[in-house]
Amino acid sequence: MTNLNVVVCAGIVPDPLQTLDPVQTGEKPGLRNEMMLPHVLDPWAGHALYEAAELVKETGGKLYVVSIGPKAKLQQVMMTIAQKVPFQLIAADAAAGGFSDSKQIAVQLAELVKQIDGLDLSNTLLFGGWESASRGAGTTLQMVGEILGVTDQFQGVDKISLNDDGSFKVLERIEGGKHLHSSCSGAPAVLGWATGYLPEPPNNPQIGMTNMRTIMPALQQAKPADLENPELTFTAVELPKQKRDTKIVKDISADEIAQEIIDWIKSK
Amino acid sequence: MYTLATLPGDDIRSIMWRFADRFELQMLVQSVRAVARGPVARAVAEGARNSHEWTTKKSQLLKAFDESGITAVFMDPEYGGFIEGPKNFALALTAYELSWVDAGAATGSLAGNLALEPIHERGTEEQKRTYMGGAVPPQQGEDRIQYRGAFGLTEPLPYVGVETGMLGGKVRVADWSADKEPVLQVEKRGRFITNMDFANFVCVAVESDDDRIKGSCMIILEETDPGTFDRGAPTLKLVHQLSSTRDPVFNMKVPASRIIGGYTVKDGVILPNFSHAEIIDPVFKHTRVTVGLMTAAKLVSAVEPVIRYQRGRFRGGSLEPESPRYKLGIQQKEDALHRTAAVWAAGEAASSLGFAAARLFDELDPMEKEKEKYFREQGINKGRAEFKALMKIQQDAVNHLENDDDAPIGDPMIQYVITDSLANVLCPATKLWNTGEGATVMREAVSLMGGYGITEDCPGFLGQKWMDSQLEATYEGPEAVQRRQLSITMTNKVFLTQFGNWIQRLENLSLTHSDMGIKSLVSGMKIWLETLDYLQTHRDENNTKLYSSSRQGVTFAMADALCWLLSSYYQMEDVLQLLQKGPENAAVAPNLEGYVAFFKDLCFIQASRAAHQVAQICSELYYGSASTLPESGDILTPLLQELNANIAGVHLAKDRAAEALTMVMIPEALDYPQ
Repeated sequence: MTNLNVVVCAGIVPDPLQTLDPVQTGEKPGLRNEMMLPHVLDPWAGHALYEAAELVKETGGKLYVVSIGPKAKLQQVMMTIAQKVPFQLIAADAAAGGFSDSKQIAVQLAELVKQIDGLDLSNTLLFGGWESASRGAGTTLQMVGEILGVTDQFQGVDKISLNDDGSFKVLERIEGGKHLHSSCSGAPAVLGWATGYLPEPPNNPQIGMTNMRTIMPALQQAKPADLENPELTFTAVELPKQKRDTKIVKDISADEIAQEIIDWIKSK
Repeated sequence: MYTLATLPGDDIRSIMWRFADRFELQMLVQSVRAVARGPVARAVAEGARNSHEWTTKKSQLLKAFDESGITAVFMDPEYGGFIEGPKNFALALTAYELSWVDAGAATGSLAGNLALEPIHERGTEEQKRTYMGGAVPPQQGEDRIQYRGAFGLTEPLPYVGVETGMLGGKVRVADWSADKEPVLQVEKRGRFITNMDFANFVCVAVESDDDRIKGSCMIILEETDPGTFDRGAPTLKLVHQLSSTRDPVFNMKVPASRIIGGYTVKDGVILPNFSHAEIIDPVFKHTRVTVGLMTAAKLVSAVEPVIRYQRGRFRGGSLEPESPRYKLGIQQKEDALHRTAAVWAAGEAASSLGFAAARLFDELDPMEKEKEKYFREQGINKGRAEFKALMKIQQDAVNHLENDDDAPIGDPMIQYVITDSLANVLCPATKLWNTGEGATVMREAVSLMGGYGITEDCPGFLGQKWMDSQLEATYEGPEAVQRRQLSITMTNKVFLTQFGNWIQRLENLSLTHSDMGIKSLVSGMKIWLETLDYLQTHRDENNTKLYSSSRQGVTFAMADALCWLLSSYYQMEDVLQLLQKGPENAAVAPNLEGYVAFFKDLCFIQASRAAHQVAQICSELYYGSASTLPESGDILTPLLQELNANIAGVHLAKDRAAEALTMVMIPEALDYPQ
């Protein structure tokens, strides 16, 4: 399979190490001091990006990164990501933070993909994160695929193996720590990545310098994206509360432990 | 009361330190940070500093430096680097990021550059191509051994030590057959030589021990040259243990083409094109700035761990989570907050001074090349002739500065002289004040962590940083060397005229920015200037000049005083830059007011402290240099009174900064291990 392109939908999120404190900002929730927090590439999207880079290296295709986020923060994140792998950025300017409607984001992402000059969707795989370090509705990528008419979709992907005829095999995560093996006749397809198997590539400033020649103009040209959805309301927003009840047992089976957890969940 | 939202991040720093529009430097910062807070921090946390030996764990850092681009920062693109133009500021940022975690790692990285500096400054084209190109990590598919260098100047004690004016290392002619290149015998013993565990070439400074070689020079020795390349014993240093340091011994035969900068033969004598001093001077002229920034990084890096420690001090007991004692911990106490603010203020001043110096050297580098070219075209040779020519241009520079400081300078030579005079002050000032005062302030930061501060697992490695700062005050020229240089360069009329212009400018600025202590800084500057003038024009009761090179009790003290003023001045410049450019950054603009207000308060705290340090030093010299008051009339007392009036409100600035420290949002945890 040659010249297979990959488009990675990659969001940015506030660095999870920071204090992420939900507060009311105007009519909807946000994070306290969100714009001042350092941002990172959403780790799930990161896995997708690094897997995609390996894939296009193999096929000789082109790698595109499509992202929606605050321009200033996108630029900051690109200072790191641009050094990892070669890609072309297509960006739109909008608030991040995990409180945007996933449908609105999907619509905007699909628009950005459609705008990629000369992209043949029939020869393209659409990658992204299966989950997100943000609020993580886990639905965005699926909707992007649907809007673009790409209905072969795989979620929780850990591996893709290309065949010479363009078909490929996919490992998807399922319950019990197992993988589902699937075969697909070829592009286009949507792959929502879990962690994959590749490590984060080391920084390579030469790649960075090359990437930045196209990334900076792309950021300057990034248009505002309308993510407003008046029908969306948040009744309450709070951080998960930590609760730990510890008991030490040494003589029960895994099945019994599992049953106890199920009973506890049912009781809640 | 303003709000300091979060600790200042890259958006703010890139504006203050003037690299918001240089994405290659922003990428470099991220790249170096990943190494510093990743492999470097893990090495420190796992106890890699507890050995003098070069261990596997330490050597892995070289790979991290190579992969992240740190090794190649120094190189020009033609030799495989990725940053165009002068690299002083890029190297300063690199050192700052690495030293945020561990300055030994920074030293290890910079020492490779230091080895290449003589070649970069004075080397022949072939030498540059061989060693600078060879020092760039091999690319994928490239099969070659990477050059890693060491800088061999310092010699064993007693006797020579680091005296750059004389050398124990010797060079003789070993073989000189007709029509063949001479072969030289080089003998050198080194002490405290960084990178010696793995260096495969060393640039050594040696003196002729042979009538057929004139003067001194620097020579490149390679590991594979015939003779002894003994790496020597590890130096038993207490600090910077992530860098490799040994006391090597060399006795080798090398071709004369290894003389850095080449040579000519006249009347059967080898004349090196550059003496070792002519090579070392331009090297040390700017490399010391990065050392000063190492200590600056430590001070600013201490803020977050100190705040986290203060707030969490009493958590975990039976306190109610909503109680002030639980929430604020030691931050309920004014003293802890005021001292934290003072540490932060000093760190800001040190960073601002260091980065200003680094940027200035980036401006100066091309000017120096132009100057060299201009003088050679004019037939003006190095040495006395060049000195005389420069003296004439200096007067033109003073005239320009006195007449219209803001007018564009048409003559590049005048521009060079003005920039050079400032660089000659800022480099030693950064090295001297940042490391010397930095070490003292770092001790304060350690004390703010209680007993935790002097443990190996203190968050932010503050105890180690305190110790490390003492070495930074010493290597690449100890404090006395910096004071000596300053005592000469700070009396250059070109610098003093600029200094006077700064006073004018600051007085104007104080009318619109009355809340950052500008007036107190101006008072300090006037006190220093008047005292210097007095000392330079008066004699003591023994009719000896008060200001002369032999009176280091006077000249060195005045050098110390100037450094306080310079660091405070550049701190204010950076805050004014943030105020001006911050609104253009969408991420910064919404919270800009709070950041600027906080930084202004830190400026005031630092300016007041600086001015009073100057007042103390100058008072002692002015009033104490004779058994009676100066006959010329007391010029200092009115200025001292003015200073006291101009610090009105500084304690309120401390209180505001303190309150901001209780509310600033910090990350959940430090982003590197402990």
